Amino acid sequence: MSITILLRALDRAMQERVAEISGQNVYKCMQCGTCSSVCPMSGDMEITPRQAMLLIQHGLVDPVLSSRTPWLCASCHTCQVRCPRGIEVTRVMEALRQIVLRENRDMVNPREIPAESIAEMPQIALVAGFRKLTS
Amino acid sequence: MPNVQKETEADLIPIFIMGKRYLVPESLTIMKAIEYAGYQFIRGCGCRGGICGACSTVYRKAGDYKIYSGLACQTVVEPNMYLTQIPFFPALRREYDYETMEPVAESIYQLYPELFRCVACNACTKICPMDVQVLDYISALKRGDLEAATRISFDCIQCGLCASRCMGELPQYHIAQLARRLHGGKLAPRAEHLRQVVESIAAGKFADVMEELKALPVDELRKLYTERELEPAMSDEQWRPSNNAGL
Amino acid sequence: MKISYYPGCTLKTKAKNLEDSALASLAALGIEVEELERWNCCGAVFSLADDDLIHQVAPVRDLIRARDAGADKLVTLCSQCYNVLARANKLMREEEEKRETINLFMDEEVDYHGEVQVVHFLDLLRETIGWDALREQVKVPLEGLKVAPFYGCTLLRPAEVAVGGGDRGAPHVLQDFLSALGATPVRFSAAEECCGAYEVLINPVEGMRRAGSVLAAAGESHADAIVLSCPLCEYNLGRKQGDIRAQVSGIPDIPVFYFTQLLAIALGLDASAGRFELNMASARKLLQDKKFVEAPATQV
Repeated sequence: MSITILLRALDRAMQERVAEISGQNVYKCMQCGTCSSVCPMSGDMEITPRQAMLLIQHGLVDPVLSSRTPWLCASCHTCQVRCPRGIEVTRVMEALRQIVLRENRDMVNPREIPAESIAEMPQIALVAGFRKLTS
Repeated sequence: MPNVQKETEADLIPIFIMGKRYLVPESLTIMKAIEYAGYQFIRGCGCRGGICGACSTVYRKAGDYKIYSGLACQTVVEPNMYLTQIPFFPALRREYDYETMEPVAESIYQLYPELFRCVACNACTKICPMDVQVLDYISALKRGDLEAATRISFDCIQCGLCASRCMGELPQYHIAQLARRLHGGKLAPRAEHLRQVVESIAAGKFADVMEELKALPVDELRKLYTERELEPAMSDEQWRPSNNAGL
Repeated sequence: MKISYYPGCTLKTKAKNLEDSALASLAALGIEVEELERWNCCGAVFSLADDDLIHQVAPVRDLIRARDAGADKLVTLCSQCYNVLARANKLMREEEEKRETINLFMDEEVDYHGEVQVVHFLDLLRETIGWDALREQVKVPLEGLKVAPFYGCTLLRPAEVAVGGGDRGAPHVLQDFLSALGATPVRFSAAEECCGAYEVLINPVEGMRRAGSVLAAAGESHADAIVLSCPLCEYNLGRKQGDIRAQVSGIPDIPVFYFTQLLAIALGLDASAGRFELNMASARKLLQDKKFVEAPATQV
């Protein structure tokens, strides 16, 4: 992947917001790619966890926010357990989700889930899903 | 009557209705104080007996961060209370076909999936003017316990204050009402004595008395009604009417 | 020492087979636990945002209920509940500023400082009975039953709440448990992977593929069954297994059990304690084929 970085595109404010919500220092990332290799969902991501970390390091948060990456993350915590730099990547993903959700935007509408699915699902699927996907 | 007014003024206390200061007699309920201050109730007032849920009121006290609530018709004013009425709070009630509905938690989940957005902050319970443990009945429903939800929510008067404070944007009182309907109508055991009485009425127990009443002129009927014997407010279970003809 | 029990919402409905088999087993083993009289949903996922404390209130409220019930330990069965309660407890013990804010917010409760210890059922067995003693209590050894131990995410991650009490490297508490029951734990490459979790709500196709790869790995391990402790994993790998098989090729037909169901059977309890009617049909059939339980009288 080649990245063109225009200085005017750098969004320090957004980068700081990710740092504040996640409590993580993204500059610790050395781009080894372990997170992407262990992530069970990275095969479906157009921006992998490693690429997301690189983009955020460069202040390019918007492309990550508009990708499906934060919403494909299932919070399995594998990336953070394996990260040789001790970065809790799962928290970075949560920060990205929170930035969107805190604008009062929902990724799923509870009332639009088919009734038969609701009847079949265990309650924890709905509780967990609404926590991660609704504002 | 200037003299009388002077005498009562000593008992006036300041309250703030929607931000404006009024002096009202200290023994009044909030509802009477609002009327004393010159407002007229068109809505936000119903039974005046603490049961209809129309006059829910929220207030704060000077120097206190807490939010308090009460029914305007039941709560006595306090000096320096800041209040406003919230007679209605939008909360969407779903339509459903009760007859075909299964009395299981999933029926409720399907209509109100937002139930699972509860974060257990407990703001609902804190605001409830009827001291219903709202969080507890929502928790009971999340684990599928219709019986517990029915029992815990029994005193709910549908005022809607819970919904006004909810972080998860739940319509708690509509959800609880559905739980009570499903439990009460489809799960709770039927009352045997009631069934027997209904059967005896259907079999014509009061047929003769009814015919006698129907034959009476209107004036006599009115007299019978106005002079009927009322059960005293504090009577015990042993009370019986002195004339039990027809029973 | 008093042990309180936190069931979690799903264990009262769809995962009743997890709760009933566990409680029957505890009774048989002589371990006394008392269900919390009052409890709320824990929230199912731990809040990972540093500035979001409101979502810690739900688990902390449950911990307060346990403390107020006089409990030293709070035992849970559902992996999700365990993860959330254990991490919230850790937060209340170690992060002073957050603890004060949460206690200040919950002004209707007495302050909490992490007085209770949160344990998963597997660790309760390991710590209070131990695998050797458990082996001696087994009445129906599950000999010849090859089982794929599925930990999933929340029993193991993050490391500070991992079950197994300081297992280093590969976890083995589920394997030890299965061995004590007389079963054979197989090498299972997907043992610590994600089942797809709540993807079903937003990315159902990708979620199904995830669960499918776990099931395929179980097939490659030649296991007779998968054993797990999470109702969300059971939903993705068990209840949805037929749907996955219809969409993805190479998915085995493999029964999924809660670990406590195998425990109840191995302890010689009646099959009714396992509540197998809540599992996929192949589950009970496998136990009957292996002669661990008898066929129901009505079945020909």
